Amino acid sequence: MWLEAILLSMIVLGGTAGELCITRAMKVVGEVKDFRPLALLRVFGRAMLVGWMWFGLALMGVGFFAMLAMLSMENVSFVVPVTALSYAAGAYGGKLFLGERVTPLRWAGILLVCLGVILVFQGKG
Amino acid sequence: MKSSEGLHLKTYFLLFLMVTFGPVGDILLGKGMRTVGVPPAWTPLELIHFFLHAFSSGIVWLGIASLLTYLICYTLVLSWADFSYVQPASAFAYAIVALLGHFWLGEFVSTRRWIGIATICLGVLFVGNTALNTTGRR
Repeated sequence: MWLEAILLSMIVLGGTAGELCITRAMKVVGEVKDFRPLALLRVFGRAMLVGWMWFGLALMGVGFFAMLAMLSMENVSFVVPVTALSYAAGAYGGKLFLGERVTPLRWAGILLVCLGVILVFQGKG
Repeated sequence: MKSSEGLHLKTYFLLFLMVTFGPVGDILLGKGMRTVGVPPAWTPLELIHFFLHAFSSGIVWLGIASLLTYLICYTLVLSWADFSYVQPASAFAYAIVALLGHFWLGEFVSTRRWIGIATICLGVLFVGNTALNTTGRR
């Protein structure tokens, strides 16, 4: 149980922090308007020059390895839904770290997502 | 917001790709890791053996390829949409993962878990009705 809790924390915190860093990097790069392969490669090249991108990828890597370990122990239909706990962390992080305004309706939606995660946890077969 | 309809169309298309490649990647990883099994001990050496074993599985690599496609779509959409909008909007993937886990991998999904997943999707609908970008940056 402790092991699962540790792995879940690594998935949620590592994944969310990594995504926040990648978001910050992509905001530096700017909106992608040209979807041709060469243009996309240039965008990713520019993104790779932003330090936040590397930091984000490293953190997401930690989350990914923890996910692999947890998938060896539990069903995927349990593991993947419980990682939705990252929504609350993501919204809070988006507000604090990226200056995003989270509307009450969006908070309500996130609250429902978290409630759903709790039910999924309780319904572990 | 300039060309709001086009921006929404572009966003929904990439979200569609995300909810396709994300769940398929998760299912393939789940299937691959099931064959790898649990590490006998959680020591650094055993973990290295465990991950080497995992990365020798073709199914795991297929899962990684699918998740990389998901990550590319995700990164692109994050260049204009809010993180707190995109992340929950991709939560439909959870329902798809549970459906694939049940029908493809034969996993047992209890009624309470289905209700939980439906609640997650309801939360997603709430989130989907909020503004796409709240920081004013493009």
